[in-house]
Amino acid sequence: MKKTMTGHKAVAEAMRQIEPDVVAVYPITPQSEIAEYYAQYVADGIVHTELVPVESEHSAMSACVGAAAAGARVMTATASQGLALLIEVLYIAAGLRLPIVMALVNRALSAPINIHCDHADAYLARDAGAIQIFAESAQEAYDYMIMAQRIAENERVRLPLIVNLDGFTLSHSVQVVEPLPDEEVKQFVGEFKPVYPLLDVENPATWGPFAMPDYYFELKRAQQAGMETVPEVFLKVQEEYAKLSGRPYKGFFEGYKLEDAERAIVIMGSTAGTAKVVVDELRKKGEKVGLLKVWLWRPFPKEEIVKALSHVAKVAVLDRALSFGNMGALYLDVTSAFVHREERPTFVNYIYGLGGRDTTTEHIEQVFAELDAARPGELRYLGLRE
Amino acid sequence: MPGKPKEKAAPEFVPARHPMEKYLRTERLPHIWCAGCGLGTALSCFLFALDELGWDLDSVAVVSGIGCAGRVAGYVRLDSYHTTHGRALPFATGLKLAKPDLHVVVFSGDGDLFAIGGNHFIHAARRNIDMTVICVNNFNYGMTGGQLGPTTPLEARCTTAPYGNFEPPFNLVYLAASAGATYVARWTTLHARRLQHAMVEALSRKGFTFVEVISPCPTNYGRRNRLGEGLDEMRYYAEHAVIRHGADPKEADIVPGKDFLIGKFVDMEKLTYLEMYRAKVAQLKGKR
Ligand code: SF4
Repeated sequence: MKKTMTGHKAVAEAMRQIEPDVVAVYPITPQSEIAEYYAQYVADGIVHTELVPVESEHSAMSACVGAAAAGARVMTATASQGLALLIEVLYIAAGLRLPIVMALVNRALSAPINIHCDHADAYLARDAGAIQIFAESAQEAYDYMIMAQRIAENERVRLPLIVNLDGFTLSHSVQVVEPLPDEEVKQFVGEFKPVYPLLDVENPATWGPFAMPDYYFELKRAQQAGMETVPEVFLKVQEEYAKLSGRPYKGFFEGYKLEDAERAIVIMGSTAGTAKVVVDELRKKGEKVGLLKVWLWRPFPKEEIVKALSHVAKVAVLDRALSFGNMGALYLDVTSAFVHREERPTFVNYIYGLGGRDTTTEHIEQVFAELDAARPGELRYLGLRE
Repeated sequence: MPGKPKEKAAPEFVPARHPMEKYLRTERLPHIWCAGCGLGTALSCFLFALDELGWDLDSVAVVSGIGCAGRVAGYVRLDSYHTTHGRALPFATGLKLAKPDLHVVVFSGDGDLFAIGGNHFIHAARRNIDMTVICVNNFNYGMTGGQLGPTTPLEARCTTAPYGNFEPPFNLVYLAASAGATYVARWTTLHARRLQHAMVEALSRKGFTFVEVISPCPTNYGRRNRLGEGLDEMRYYAEHAVIRHGADPKEADIVPGKDFLIGKFVDMEKLTYLEMYRAKVAQLKGKR
């Protein structure tokens, strides 16, 4: 049944249906509401989760790691500085192969302090070893929170997973969301199968011991192997979920009017919605423009992106965060995927929407309009006063 | 001939000036605090205290963390710094060590100072770093919407404890005293003059000095616990705050509906971090 709800409520609903064993959270704008909704479910006895209202995000992720190692299904949510504070432990969750699912309500990083959306927090976690998915809408945030469990918990994967949703734009705005019936979600997610749980006293295990130069390297390689299995698992889970929900999830990204596009934009998050409006308008005028919206950012689906973009003449990659001293991380991902290809588009990088700066349809029109004349490899800024 | 009735000119709206305006960044006003919030009173008391002390303002620095109280750093016309959540004290420590002549004041909230930054508090107190910490305690995380924090009293309601808190809270007076603070006082925003006086004392004492300000948060804590408007909370303080100087900090627990202690709990002198550091240096130099 279709309902109206905010992105936060959609995430909290997904969490309620999944009903993890443990949720550890700390308040931060804009995320706090997810914790509040969930606390209400716990207090009302709707879920049997242990909710731990910890004293910082570092403690939140630490509690998650402890609970996950004990053998629990664990979830959390944070944003911005909260992610920055917990990142030490996120690396540990990945290194220990703990499938903790986290909603990241994207917000700019200090300084200066800013509570509005950009993707600097997600980019900060880029190399932590967590799977990262970006949602365009509250519906996608809901859907991927559910798929996330199956992907992260797959025994060959076992990695933390971040579902990104744009702060305020998605988290606080009311949209139409169609949740699945509780039973279907429960069945889809299935029972959690812990691996070497600490609480299995019959089979004692040690978590997190030392690995010196003799073993550390191999363990990191094994982590990468876990990442390498994600695409296959992702597609399988997605296919099953598409069948269940009747929603058109197929692939690591959504190609929007891309097949015959001559100019295209690559983007992640809610601004993809704005870009689609522009694509439709320009198409009406006969311009062959398209869009590639990335869902799965880590691991990065190189081959598939190359296939999807090879025929396009000009591509603008839009990053909502900057890798200072270089260009946007998504731009670097996309262009490096093409490095050994003869046939490739020319690329331009746009940085947009930092600290919540509005990105409107006019801005997207500007990108398409400038694309032909832009110098290949150029770094441009959208909506910036210079 | 009767002329047209003269239109009465609307009286020009002249906003009242704050008596301590010279210490405020008026360009940043109006402030973001809710009507009935105690933060304005706490800040005013601080400004009056500064005025009373008559210090050269270039010798004063204010450091805040995150939260409603954290806004103070942005409102004072002084050298100020708005740190990340919980990190006001380490920043202030660095400031003091780099510029020992500065009067360093940390002005922040209970969540910032005692949850996410709790560790820093006990260590700054233990080292007896010469600075003043003013903690506005509103019993919850006001800025993010009223979640349970480390000072939330038992059974009090918060967004993350909708049917009442079951975690024992900190008694901040006891915590500060046991961690080593040389001056510990607690007042409410109702006791504005005494609060100001306590701030003057804390600011002029040597060592790690601590003033807790019990403050209404009508928007979140007050509303969820049916405490009424800010004014009703002030009435509550009038009825339940018991002034007892020199009381045992252990007895300064705050239990909703029961009387609670305010006043000056600790006032003593001991060597500060910098004095001990300098003594060590002198000792080592003497040996050579
Ligand atoms: S939320 Fe509470 S503490 Fe914050 S400004 Fe409003 S009343 Fe004051």
